[in-house]
Amino acid sequence: MKNFVSHKVEIMQPSGIRAFFDLVLGMKDVISLGVGEPDFVTPWEIREAGITSLEQGFTSYTSNKGLVKLRLEINHYLKNNYGLDYSPEDEILVTVGVSEAVDLVLRAIIDPGDKVLIPSPSYVSYAPMTELAGGAAVKIDTLKDDFKLTPANLERHIDNKTKALILNYPCNPTGVSYTRRELEALKKVIVKHKILAICDEIYCDLTYDFAHTPFPSLKGAGDYVLYLNGFSKSYAMTGWRVAYACGPKDIISAMTKIHQYTIMCVSITSQMAACEALHTGRNSVDRMKREYRRRREFIVGGLNRIGLKCHMPQGAFYAFPSIKKSGLNCLDFARKLLNEEKVAVVPGTAFGPELTDYVRISYASSFDNLKEALLRMENFLERNKK
Amino acid sequence: MDEILEILEKDARVSVEEMARMLKRKPAEIRKKIAQYEKDGIIIAYKAVINRELVKDKNAEVRAIIEVNLVPQKDLGFDKIAERIYAFPEVSGCFLVSGTYDLLVFVRGRDLNSVARFVAEKLSPMEHVRGVVSHFLLKKYKEDGVMLKQKEEDKRIAISY
Repeated sequence: MKNFVSHKVEIMQPSGIRAFFDLVLGMKDVISLGVGEPDFVTPWEIREAGITSLEQGFTSYTSNKGLVKLRLEINHYLKNNYGLDYSPEDEILVTVGVSEAVDLVLRAIIDPGDKVLIPSPSYVSYAPMTELAGGAAVKIDTLKDDFKLTPANLERHIDNKTKALILNYPCNPTGVSYTRRELEALKKVIVKHKILAICDEIYCDLTYDFAHTPFPSLKGAGDYVLYLNGFSKSYAMTGWRVAYACGPKDIISAMTKIHQYTIMCVSITSQMAACEALHTGRNSVDRMKREYRRRREFIVGGLNRIGLKCHMPQGAFYAFPSIKKSGLNCLDFARKLLNEEKVAVVPGTAFGPELTDYVRISYASSFDNLKEALLRMENFLERNKK
Repeated sequence: MDEILEILEKDARVSVEEMARMLKRKPAEIRKKIAQYEKDGIIIAYKAVINRELVKDKNAEVRAIIEVNLVPQKDLGFDKIAERIYAFPEVSGCFLVSGTYDLLVFVRGRDLNSVARFVAEKLSPMEHVRGVVSHFLLKKYKEDGVMLKQKEEDKRIAISY
């Protein structure tokens, strides 16, 4: 049979652990610590707004950039919380999740051969999206710096083909985040070399040890930042698929060009619900954040106690422990743990090929589940001592 | 509100040691705080929320909400008369409220008859009680913030990025 699949896509890395994922999905009664989304359902007032919009007959397209009302709400929210002022008219674009925004911006800025820097471990889509857009993904290893990108490490990787850096904080999978001072130091390098910082700050509301600093709020950074945020994590709205990109007019306008042909606009129901989220959903955010923080202390303390060494993540809802103690590589560890104890975790190699000694553990799971999973992992380690 | 209370209000079975780990505090400190809350009457009791509709029990019970109109007593207001009402074991809850009546009284009984008898023979004839309106509860949807339906299953796919 003729192979219709393009070379470009054929060489794209299939997620190396797809088979493991299928194994998890095929098994019953698993305690899954492998879920990359909140375990809360969307707060009722937000769901109710979605239902009401349907009842009222809001079932049409919206403007490509998103409902004016939503862009205004986003503007207010960013102004009130962070002192940012993006014009609803031409500096904000509503997208289908941050994932779409990442794809759009990469396609909008990359000419063949342009390099995009991606600190590793990183979220799974950045490198494949870069390559699909014709760019070269350059990984920056952060292992020796406790998964944190340092200014020196960043600068070392910049050359005259470097166009952008994708900075995700708080980070999926490590939970690492950055203080204002650390960001200032990174900003200096970015401005000096005139590269674009694509900042995926989707987990911003889940920052536990210090206040979250949006990259564009740093003095003089504005022209060099594309700011990405959304509703999935803060308001437990993953399935609604709604996020936004803010940045310099020319970049937003270029992204909008692609968006209008591929997506046209985000579902109006989701946009109406998102308006409500910004309007009244803040109470729920604080409640969820307190709950996650308690679980974080519990699970990270527990992991370290049973010998899976783990840094205290400063944000998101992931712990990224080393499994060296088990003597297994991460895929074997995850497979055995699933088969023997029915606990699912995500192997570290999903987030970078060098991460064979790590797994990602999501604590977006009930306290009872976390407690039980820790016990099972302890038994597992006891049996599988090196 | 203190996070200790937030945790206990949601699940009173969480142990002191678990709470200490969640909140990064010493168990002794948590234990002391809880003891103080109990002493101050902030924590009154620990109990399970039971869906009685699912309990197969010959001694099933009937519940009613009763609006009570009172004549206030000089110098005592409503407190004295309220006390005489809520002291009855049949009364499971009692609130002074604003609006067209004064007391909202929750009553439990073995059956319709026993509740009706309590209202007719005990409550209505009391001095200072001007009138009562009874509402028998037919179905319970939500109580104390807990929705009384089957446990919601996790709708997320078991593994994702």
